Amino acid sequence: MSDLAKMRELSSSVCIVGVDESDELGTLPGKSQLSLHVEAITNAVRDAGLKVSDVDGIFTAGQHSPATIGEAIGVVPRYVDGTTVGGCSFIIMVGHAVLALHHGLCDVAVVSHGESGRSGVGVSPRRDTALPGQFEFPYGFGGAPTYFGLITTRHMHEHGTTLEQWAQVAVSTRKWAALNPKARNRDPLTVRDVLDSRPVVWPFNILNICLVTDAGGAVVLTRADRAKDCAKRPVYVRGAGEGSEHVMLTQMRDLTFSEATRRSGEKAFAMAGVKGTDFDHIMLYDAFTSGPPLMLEALGLAKRGEGVHFFAEGRSTPGGKLPINTNGGGLSYTHSGMYGIFPIIEATRQLRHECGARQVPNTKLSLVNGMGGMLSAAGTLVLSNER
Amino acid sequence: MDLERPLPTPITPECRPYWEGARDGKLMIPKCRACGKPFMYPRVACPFCASRDVGWVQATGRGKLFSFEIAHQILNKAFKVKTPVVLAMVELEEGPRILTNLVGVAPDPKQIRCDMPVEVCFEKLTDQVSLPMFRPVGGGAR
Ligand SMILES: [Zn+2]
Repeated sequence: MSDLAKMRELSSSVCIVGVDESDELGTLPGKSQLSLHVEAITNAVRDAGLKVSDVDGIFTAGQHSPATIGEAIGVVPRYVDGTTVGGCSFIIMVGHAVLALHHGLCDVAVVSHGESGRSGVGVSPRRDTALPGQFEFPYGFGGAPTYFGLITTRHMHEHGTTLEQWAQVAVSTRKWAALNPKARNRDPLTVRDVLDSRPVVWPFNILNICLVTDAGGAVVLTRADRAKDCAKRPVYVRGAGEGSEHVMLTQMRDLTFSEATRRSGEKAFAMAGVKGTDFDHIMLYDAFTSGPPLMLEALGLAKRGEGVHFFAEGRSTPGGKLPINTNGGGLSYTHSGMYGIFPIIEATRQLRHECGARQVPNTKLSLVNGMGGMLSAAGTLVLSNER
Repeated sequence: MDLERPLPTPITPECRPYWEGARDGKLMIPKCRACGKPFMYPRVACPFCASRDVGWVQATGRGKLFSFEIAHQILNKAFKVKTPVVLAMVELEEGPRILTNLVGVAPDPKQIRCDMPVEVCFEKLTDQVSLPMFRPVGGGAR
């Protein structure tokens, strides 16, 4: 069997059957990171119409290992995965869960995220700093904006993108947040507001940068045959792909084009048998306003330098032709640190047509793409409410 | 004496020649003896051909400003240099890219351009540690 045929066999063999966040999102000094995991898992399992004791595959990234999560929910798992390559890890793990479920290594998989990113409750900082400690921190680098800013400045130099165009990404996303009761920032926003907001690291002002919140989220998956017995309409994982290029920004081969993103998309689209122009809903990891346009470019949906055009009024905005980041994104809804679980949750809700005021009419095919680190790693999913 | 910046730490064994060079005012970079390509950061195998035959050469110290940003706040409390500070990625003439600060220029995006020629200078932090930094060639902004 060819590689493509093997990948195609996985397509739509597994469904997302449950999704949910922790009980609350935002500033939660009364909740530990582990509690955010447990809340999200119990909520998502209930959403699926399953019991926690049905879970036998545990997938998580970040500070807690899947063993800790299994222990916390009282499950002795048959399968664990703790792949941690940044915020996209959860997106990548959906692909890993498809493999494990398809081959019968587990029957009900949960991908779990919990992060006390704002309040730092129950957090034990533990980071590998051997290289940044020598080559980056002495110069003032540290914190994601000081790295993503370099990507953004170079993009402006090579393609003539402007501060106004990046700001429009925040404006479009805020319009969606206004329609999401769970979003943290829902007030109207203009390009001028973004340009006049507090400078952090030029070319970024504070409104170019994601929120910092406490939040959990979980996604429950099972094989398509079993998904029929779950509570909600199943969402098929038609395609999944991953990529990982670098960690240190100096090692990124082309500073304005993410090879990890390109590879993840190529694999996911091939597995699903779709083209970039087929999607009617898109979720992109927006830690910074410049992220989503660069992702569209690396995924091949936009020409290089032209990703920003997708965010024009009437395109990505409510009522537009190709809605993007309909939950309000990391920019306005929530961003706990490793945001990747939340675009999966939103895409699933959109494909179930349960999003109320922000529902994209008749959406059938959703693209989820996220980055880990500074476009260092990437995961792409093709999700659909049809097989 | 209170340092304005965090010292490079931990200096790992494979990176020691880089830091010893910087202390002596030389920008030393690893170079593969098998494929001939210089690289950064230092490691015990070449990232291009995986050869373990790695030596060191002195870089010219010339390069171009590949990208930059102007930091108005620094998260790291150990970094006390007065902001705004220009954080930069420099592409050395030999090819490798490194992160650094651009100095000797106003921290103003209108005064700084990607691809402008830059040259190394060293800021002494302690008797043992100097940091490679870069300034515009010709000593200032146009
Ligand atoms: Zn080599």
